[in-house]
Amino acid sequence: MTAQPLLDVSDLTVEFTTRRGIVKAVQHVNISVGKGETVGIVGESGSGKSVTSYAVMRILDRAGRIAEGSVMFSGIDVKAATESQMRDLRGREVSMIFQNPRAALNPIRKVGHQIEDVLRQHVQQAQVTDRGETAIEALEQVKIARPRERYHAYPFELSGGMCQRVVIALALACNPQLLIADEPTTGLDVTTQKAVMDLIVELTRRRAMSTILITHDLGLAAAYCDRVVVMEKGRVVETAKSADIFAAPQHDYTKKLMRATPRIGVSLRDLLPEEEALSSASPRARGEADVRSAAGEGDSPHTVLADTAPHPNPLRASEQTQPLLLVEKLVKEYPRQGAGSVLTRLFGRKPPVEEEIFRAVDGISFSIDHGESVGLVGESGCGKSTTSMMVMRLLDQTSGRIVFDGEDVGGIMPQSFARLPRRSQIQMVFQDPTDSLNPRFTAARAIADPIMQLGDIRGRDALRDRCEELARLVGLPVNLLDRFPHQLSGGQKARVGIARAIALHPKLVILDEPTAALDVSVQAVVLNLLQDLKQSMGMSYLFVSHDLNVVRLLCDRVIVMRSGRIVEQGTSEHVLGNPQDAYTRELLTAIPHPPLPVA
Amino acid sequence: MLTLIGKRLLFAIPSLIGVVIVTFLLTRALPGDPAAYFAGPAATKEAVDQIRKKLGFDKPLIEQFVRYTNDLAHGDLGTSLTTGQPVAAELRNRLPASAELTLLGLVVSIVIAIPLGVLAATRPGSWIDHLCRVTTTAGVSLPVFFTGLVLVYVFYFRLGWSPAPLGRLDVFYSAPPTVTGFYLIDALIARDFEAFRSAFSQLILPAVTLAIFSLAPIARMTRASMLAVLASDFVRTARASGLSPGKVIVTYAFRNAMLPVITTLSMVFSFLLGANVLVEKVFAWPGIGSYAVEALIASDFAPVQGFVLTMAVMYVLLNLLIDILYGVIDPRVRLEG
Repeated sequence: MTAQPLLDVSDLTVEFTTRRGIVKAVQHVNISVGKGETVGIVGESGSGKSVTSYAVMRILDRAGRIAEGSVMFSGIDVKAATESQMRDLRGREVSMIFQNPRAALNPIRKVGHQIEDVLRQHVQQAQVTDRGETAIEALEQVKIARPRERYHAYPFELSGGMCQRVVIALALACNPQLLIADEPTTGLDVTTQKAVMDLIVELTRRRAMSTILITHDLGLAAAYCDRVVVMEKGRVVETAKSADIFAAPQHDYTKKLMRATPRIGVSLRDLLPEEEALSSASPRARGEADVRSAAGEGDSPHTVLADTAPHPNPLRASEQTQPLLLVEKLVKEYPRQGAGSVLTRLFGRKPPVEEEIFRAVDGISFSIDHGESVGLVGESGCGKSTTSMMVMRLLDQTSGRIVFDGEDVGGIMPQSFARLPRRSQIQMVFQDPTDSLNPRFTAARAIADPIMQLGDIRGRDALRDRCEELARLVGLPVNLLDRFPHQLSGGQKARVGIARAIALHPKLVILDEPTAALDVSVQAVVLNLLQDLKQSMGMSYLFVSHDLNVVRLLCDRVIVMRSGRIVEQGTSEHVLGNPQDAYTRELLTAIPHPPLPVA
Repeated sequence: MLTLIGKRLLFAIPSLIGVVIVTFLLTRALPGDPAAYFAGPAATKEAVDQIRKKLGFDKPLIEQFVRYTNDLAHGDLGTSLTTGQPVAAELRNRLPASAELTLLGLVVSIVIAIPLGVLAATRPGSWIDHLCRVTTTAGVSLPVFFTGLVLVYVFYFRLGWSPAPLGRLDVFYSAPPTVTGFYLIDALIARDFEAFRSAFSQLILPAVTLAIFSLAPIARMTRASMLAVLASDFVRTARASGLSPGKVIVTYAFRNAMLPVITTLSMVFSFLLGANVLVEKVFAWPGIGSYAVEALIASDFAPVQGFVLTMAVMYVLLNLLIDILYGVIDPRVRLEG
């Protein structure tokens, strides 16, 4: 580290004026970044890590302001600089790349033009003879194939990883000294994540740039950063070299985060903070858990006992011979865009000339046994969601069979399937706990919804009792049942979604990335909850995920999909411990592995 | 692009057929007997019957409908009973009058409302935001006949700045030779600047009346949509790359915010075109709105049917235009041809 750091944030406090008064999002934060150094800021949502970086760029929204402290960037006082000075700084000296790259680009402007906009702003007219060429060069440097063509592309024509490359090109177009990457790979597939991170590292190293990497992913921070700053609730709790912090975390919060990160060689229970892991080992602790959950935020209890309601599987013994769900040669085809218009089909004028067809799911077969949990993994576009939708009968398959509990449900029209009693045996937990709840329904109403549609409990009081019972089952404090989704935390909303799914004693629950939107510590609790519920209620899970570490923890068997086909399936230990297929190996090596010795 | 337009027009045909059937049945279902109306209050029963027979209203409905559609196919919209003129010719004369008035009103409205909305969105809570709110609320809450009368009272009666509100041209001028039917444009083509001035001074008060009314939806939509876009991720990216505020607001925010505004514009336009009967009445404007209402009161079927059909066609064309505009602004729409 040089004597004078490139960026020096000292005693920074950022305030937001809200309706409920002033909120301090960041308090007394000290961070310094030396020349050529890569610093990671790690923390869960609400820790103030993004706000800190916005303060450095001074792009806080109207309600936010730097209340105390100073931000010095290579001798310039960011807090005191004029707006036009800041404008010269942004993009030319400090630039930023964002989460969700597709949204970070102007949807109706060619990507090449967007890069030119930045060049035009910062580079002197005389220096650049042809801005178009410079923009193409910038695209070339981020390894975009056929940059000359891509120059004319709109963001929606590019994949997520490609869009992030464009954002990187945009950020690096003017050779800044500092790059702030705010969750640059969240939402990208693991292999894309690796490619994007390697690209960032390569480009910044070559230019001797400094980087701030903001992330919730400890593994990512450990793999790519020189130093790590851990933030919690607006404060820095620990700063150390990344090798040191993972070898010997000092602060309790850091330890908790590290425990909660799924990794090789641990069980689900290991993810929980120590005292809770102990309590969950003795399931008799249910009463205390409820008391704790009612008192606290409700993110602690995962202790679930046997369901008091009778199990709806009297046929169990005879069913053992056949699997719960059998999928055979399932195919889903979509016509390619613009292949046959509605009109030509309507009038039947043109015979369909070799209609081009895209196979989203290409003849897959698998089965799920009673009480088994099967992971369905693969990258975006591999057909895993399409498969789960077809099993749910939300989509019609093109061909193939879906046999659920001895009956071929694939042939039943979705409309009539929704009313069949069998429908209640398959339930789903969705990816985004917030978006999958009706904002106008209270938690109790959301949980009662499937019972009112398909269940046999009638009457307000009986329904309420069942909701409370379910809430206790998933560890949701009963007093939160009358709240609306926006009044609940992410973990609590996830519990509501799970309670809704298990309300009718389903035999099969499809979990579509149920923890992807959650912080790691909440994820650990939710995963444990799912595991407990499965055991106590005898359900089967189809767990759709891109996170192999999570799948490893929760699933008995794993199915790896790629381009609509199954490339490998088998027991979790076998597939993930000793992968046979090259693609599975590629997925596994792409996961950043933090050096995590857990005490 | 051409295939897209053709396809859209083809898709419009079923709805137009529906419009023809529904208006035909509705006018027949209306209370009131056109034959009795036409014959006059003193006519005998025989005279009324005779007229009914002459007009073909004694025939069964289905036969009337076949005859009507047959005429329609030959471009004949029938003849108005009250004026004795062919409906097609009258609509041809009156539609440009309404369209010219509505378009100018809309242009005035856009020129004021869009900058107002943009300024209000970039400075929420400032005086200009409050001004925007007050103006739009006032504009939409004052009925058009009231604002129209106030304008006439102030600018014609009190100040004498504008001519008498009696139609499209001062009586001393003759209409310029018809090219587009819009007097302003026709006068310019004919290089008749006196007529242009006269037509303009007749047009400005009713146009402003319409503008005041249509200010609210446009300004409100602009403001809301700008606020949403300004809070989006790509505007943050643009700001984080140090682009100038002008560039951010115009190129990045405004163009994206235009999409819902254009939809609002098309709705406001088609609404005003047919519904500004009150303005047409106040300014003695020979438009299609007042024409249709008078015909409806007189149970005069042909003009009503002609009017509804014209409006339906206008709607189809307008929507097509909006979709094309959408495609120009938003590249994502173009794919869905």
